[in-house]
Amino acid sequence: MRKCSLSNSTALFNKIAENATLYIPVDLEKGRVAYKKYADGMKMSDALKTDRSAKDFFFPQTENLMEFKTEGKSIEIIDNRSEAEDFVVFGVRACDVKSLEVLDKVFLAEPVDSYYKNRREHGVIVSMACTRPTETCFCGTFGIDASAPKGDIECYKTDDAFYFNAVTEKGEALLAKLDGVTESSDEKAVNEQKEQIKKVLDKLPLKDLKADEFGADKTDKFFNSPEWKNLSEACLGCGTCTFVCPTCQCYDIKDFKTNKGVQRFRCWDSCMYSDFTKMSAGQPRLTQMERFRQRFMHKLVYFPTNNDGMFSCVGCGRCVAKCPISMNIVKVMKTLGGKNND
Amino acid sequence: MTNVKEPLIPTVCVITDIRQDTPDVKTFRVLTLDGKKPFIHKPGQCAMLSMPGVGEALFSITSSPTNTEYVEFSIKKCGCVTSWLHAAEVGQQITVRGPYGNGFPVETEFKGQDMLFIAGGIGLAPVRSVINYVRDNRANYGKVDIVYGSRSKDDLVFYKEIIDEWKNDPTVNVHLTIDREQEGWDGHVGFVPNFVKEVAEKFDEDKKAKTTAVLCGPPIMIKFTLQGLGEIGFNKEQIYTTLELRMKCGIGKCGRCNVGSKYVCKDGPVFRMDQLDALPDEY
Ligand SMILES: Cc1cc2nc3c(=O)[nH]c(=O)nc-3n(C[C@H](O)[C@H](O)[C@H](O)COP(=O)(O)OP(=O)(O)OC[C@H]3O[C@@H](n4cnc5c(N)ncnc54)[C@H](O)[C@@H]3O)c2cc1C
Ligand code: SF4
Ligand code: SF4
Ligand code: FES
Repeated sequence: MRKCSLSNSTALFNKIAENATLYIPVDLEKGRVAYKKYADGMKMSDALKTDRSAKDFFFPQTENLMEFKTEGKSIEIIDNRSEAEDFVVFGVRACDVKSLEVLDKVFLAEPVDSYYKNRREHGVIVSMACTRPTETCFCGTFGIDASAPKGDIECYKTDDAFYFNAVTEKGEALLAKLDGVTESSDEKAVNEQKEQIKKVLDKLPLKDLKADEFGADKTDKFFNSPEWKNLSEACLGCGTCTFVCPTCQCYDIKDFKTNKGVQRFRCWDSCMYSDFTKMSAGQPRLTQMERFRQRFMHKLVYFPTNNDGMFSCVGCGRCVAKCPISMNIVKVMKTLGGKNND
Repeated sequence: MTNVKEPLIPTVCVITDIRQDTPDVKTFRVLTLDGKKPFIHKPGQCAMLSMPGVGEALFSITSSPTNTEYVEFSIKKCGCVTSWLHAAEVGQQITVRGPYGNGFPVETEFKGQDMLFIAGGIGLAPVRSVINYVRDNRANYGKVDIVYGSRSKDDLVFYKEIIDEWKNDPTVNVHLTIDREQEGWDGHVGFVPNFVKEVAEKFDEDKKAKTTAVLCGPPIMIKFTLQGLGEIGFNKEQIYTTLELRMKCGIGKCGRCNVGSKYVCKDGPVFRMDQLDALPDEY
């Protein structure tokens, strides 16, 4: 285990930024928190989480896929993919770390998405244990341990220092480069913090939320539940829940005419939108009830069915905090999850 | 980086032939720029065609894999990409990616079976690929019946091929129908579901038991045909169909085309009826 005192954090960040682009969470105006490209002296936010997750680094909201030049009847494809730059995302919480594992299941499955893979290969995740999880947090429901946040380097921040443990080879390589600004340390402070975190987790209002009733092959059990109607009644179909979600991965592909040719790009899309599945001859999800059901069935049943039981929710609580009508996956689970979740 | 394969990046191909099949369906032959087939496919698979700046759209590969010279797509004019393609001329380049989807189990479940092909309108596009595959591997399959119907005579896709080749193939029975009486038509008149029932009712029990049906067309036709086949003793395990949902990626990642936990682009578009029944009713 390596340690770096907080008074030395600028030196630490500068050192990381020497070799790779570094992103750290910073406080913005009006209580907003976002990852920003590190510049000398920048102060790291202490907030529990960023408004948008680390998903943006690997699967950005919009990205250029390729370009085309057309002339007469001819077409030229311009493949302008390039090797991503090396980058480090610092301070990623356990839930958001896990969300990358969920996205990997989609984008790294054959046929591999090269855009995503490229960034995954060049990105290093320095996680951060949560000392102050909050009332909207329920990562524990999905077996995630906020006191063991994983990533490439696992990090703990106490009142006076950062503590680091390399988890992967990539993490080891980065940590080795930081020898000059870190020192060897025992695990005492970290073990104490882990104990303290467990105590906080034990007091969270959602600590007893269970996902056991959901999971692989439970489609028949939930699809026709009469509860969907009430649950979805007030849903505005605004898509906010899908855009803030670290595991939502639906996208659209579009062409854009530039003065040089055509750019084909992809952008996030949302199953909550009515035109998502619209066809000339029909629409399989006619009402918001069906679209709403799709979102939660996907996270709690369909995704686990296809991915050895892994849920596509990490309990980050963003949708809980951001839905304008205060509807969310927790309410869905409590309503459909039977007596387990009373 | 550019030597890493990327499924979303297509290949440039060229349209080498265009045939007007019906007032709103044209069939396009497509080859790579060096004159080869763009891919090897299975009957029932699809490919994503595009004109940059207009968009991408998914189409069944209607030619059979046994065709060694080219691939074909039959395309109904209905929106941006399809209208653009209808206005294109021979020599026009387009982009192609695929093939996508599972295809029909022609080398497994279909082997040795009597085949009953049922199609309505443009639904013949995917079925034609199987029909010609079966005709080209005749020894591997039993008797073949084709029931095909359209609104009118002019809307029968591949009419020339049906008349010149399928009708002249002594190993194949072709049963055509159109929805309403029309001058110059002395064939059957009536909707596909009823006609299928008439044709298949004449099968003896033994033949019914060893028949596999392939069924593609508008949802309403599928619904009533299924009902009819059920009434005369067909099981769901004997009937295959294809689903059509909105698609973007074609590779199970954009999240658009699922029915329950299945992605139609990847796990379909071909489904056996009993498998389809096990999925939620959302297609
Ligand atoms: C598995 C599969 C196989 C198909 N095979 C064929 C085929 O062999 N021949 C053929 O002509 N068509 C086929 N289609 C339908 C074809 O993909 C659509 O007609 C096409 O995408 C419309 O594109 P467009 O740009 O012309 O329409 P747009 O301008 O995008 O839209 C026009 C209208 O079509 C709707 N639409 C968009 N996508 C689809 C879709 N996938 N299915 C139905 N309506 C859609 C739009 O919502 C809109 O109402 C197939 C579709 C699928 C999913
Ligand atoms: S569904 Fe909600 S709580 Fe679950 S990962 Fe997405 S935003 Fe977070
Ligand atoms: S659940 Fe809430 S955030 Fe999601 S689409 Fe409906 S109203 Fe918007
Ligand atoms: S078309 Fe993208 S998941 Fe099927």
